[in-house]
Amino acid sequence: MIAHDDTQIEMYRKMLLIRVFEEQARDFFMKNVMRGSTHMYIGQEAIAVGVCAALEQNDYITSTHRGHGHLLAKGGNPDLMMAELLGKANGYCKGKGGSMHIADLSIGNLGANGIVGGGIGLATGAAFACYYRDDGRVAVSFFGDGAINQGVFYECANMAALWKLPVIYVCERNRFAEFSYTDRYFADSDLTKRAIPFGFPAVAIDGNDVLKVYETAAEAVKRARIGQGPTLIVANTYRIMGHTIGDPLNYRIKGEVETWQTEERDPILRFEKHLIQQEIASIEQLQQIKADVHQRIEHAAQFALNSPEPPPSALWEDIYA
Amino acid sequence: MAERIIEYREALNEALLEEMERDLAVFIMGEDVGQYGGVLKISKGIYERFGEKRAVDTPISENGFTAIGVGAALAGLRPVVELMYIDFACLAMDPIVNQAAKARYMFGGKTSVPIVFRTQGGGGRGNAAQHSQSLEAWYVHVPGLIVIQPSTPRDAKGLLKSAIRDDNPVIFIEHKLLYNTKGAVPEGEWTIPIGKADVKRVGNHITVVATSRMVLLALSAAEKLAEEGIEVEVVDPRTLKPLDIETIATSVKKTHRLLVVNEGARTGGFAAEVVTRAYEEVFDYLDAPIVRLTSEDVPLPYSGALEMAAIPSEEKIIQAVRGFFS
Ligand SMILES: Cc1ncc(C[n+]2csc(CCOP(=O)(O)OP(=O)(O)O)c2C)c(N)n1
Repeated sequence: MIAHDDTQIEMYRKMLLIRVFEEQARDFFMKNVMRGSTHMYIGQEAIAVGVCAALEQNDYITSTHRGHGHLLAKGGNPDLMMAELLGKANGYCKGKGGSMHIADLSIGNLGANGIVGGGIGLATGAAFACYYRDDGRVAVSFFGDGAINQGVFYECANMAALWKLPVIYVCERNRFAEFSYTDRYFADSDLTKRAIPFGFPAVAIDGNDVLKVYETAAEAVKRARIGQGPTLIVANTYRIMGHTIGDPLNYRIKGEVETWQTEERDPILRFEKHLIQQEIASIEQLQQIKADVHQRIEHAAQFALNSPEPPPSALWEDIYA
Repeated sequence: MAERIIEYREALNEALLEEMERDLAVFIMGEDVGQYGGVLKISKGIYERFGEKRAVDTPISENGFTAIGVGAALAGLRPVVELMYIDFACLAMDPIVNQAAKARYMFGGKTSVPIVFRTQGGGGRGNAAQHSQSLEAWYVHVPGLIVIQPSTPRDAKGLLKSAIRDDNPVIFIEHKLLYNTKGAVPEGEWTIPIGKADVKRVGNHITVVATSRMVLLALSAAEKLAEEGIEVEVVDPRTLKPLDIETIATSVKKTHRLLVVNEGARTGGFAAEVVTRAYEEVFDYLDAPIVRLTSEDVPLPYSGALEMAAIPSEEKIIQAVRGFFS
């Protein structure tokens, strides 16, 4: 399925929104305005955006510790996200969740997750609910190449295949898990083989090609909606930043990251080139989008800074046991 | 014995290095414990010295590698398995609780399971609900597990060495805010016995039993209370199970008052256990009801203000102690 021109421009805007959001979040973290830890999605924007472009608003996703991009791609509100990063009362989770736990159930985001692999079972469960109600909705689980080694993936993949659940497993193969290259941990580095025992399709794609991601996801979503069961998409990409901010990156091969930041490989730069070459957008139009996105994030940052701290009474809200 | 001032982190590292040097059956296993030297840098230098067979980097597969550790222990090795956060140990509850804790007794004493599960808990760093828990009470509740929580570099080294030498499963729980703390630690061969509490400060007016990071808060609170003329005795159980109730009872018989401080949530927590044991032992000596100070019964919130409100602090300890004398 080829994305319409308007869809493509919207994809561009979303990818840029994620990039600029992350740069702002990083800035807050470096300035100590933000606490805890945070994980940057920079370089992986095409995956969240390509997949979510193939979803309806009421489809479900589960996200990860590296989750800002997933929520923005699904239509999350940058103001509420930024306020949550600063632990403010009007943030998405009223300041109780922070970077690793942002959720927006109103648009089907069942939450970022502090537990690696934690979302895999939850997405499969949401898919079970879709199957149970027979409502034509689907669920997507985003997770990393580190997470694919969690046992829960194999238990759930089996059940999803058994019951033909409308779930799409999107493994973002960004090459790293914390401070290791993930290749060290795969008995067979072809991750698509991990769906073979369960008999559902698996494809490995260039995860920095947003149109390819979109097409692949659209196909998987189509299958899922008509009751043909799960798909595994292994989206190849690269984690541009450290695991968290402050990561010394001393385990990374020198010069490697730069090879992923080129016009041919960076998901945003290369899509920009495509849009211009195909005359889908003009340079001026893209400049305008950039200006709008920066303004949008600036607004979110100000919103977050001006937001109130949670009142002490919030400690006891939502406690029932 | 020569002592020097080192960090809690370094003390743990030293214990691992020394025990691996001493006993070929000891190896470490966990996520990024080898080549990277540990996410929290506890296993720095171990991979370089002992190689990849004894400093095993695992995939993110907690249930699997923890079970592998237990199996290896049954087969004669002495694994030290690192579960990076106690929250992630939830994914490995079967091998810890159903397997390691049970084998010796259930098999009629035919075997033992010499394994250490090193992990880390506690709040105060804005890591929110899935990276800040204090779950020591869960393990204390399971017959067949030894539970240790060192509060100082000295205890960290001496107790980790003992834990590795013990023939039974040990849950060794560090605290994320203690790694950078410093203290005097003996060089080289030297251990602290499991099951022995430590009086960290002597005082006549009230006993404060505190665990892990709460010991540090209790000690600084005690200094301030001393200025008001209240002399606090701080007792650190160090081993939560088996609990050295004798040392606690001896102290309370002297002070006649007891405050218990633990970072775990209140309901069903470790503090409740200490309170009950103390009532069983020293009821007749008490001048006032025992008080417990714990974290509130909430998942730890991300917001700094809310998180601080949820966990015990020096100020809360001071208030609680003053409550005994007003
Ligand atoms: C169950 C569990 N184990 C370990 C961790 C610590 N941890 C956080 S992120 C991470 C690496 C995850 O790698 P991957 O799934 O590839 O995602 P990425 O960080 O590359 O996006 C680890 C080990 C955790 N949060 N949860």
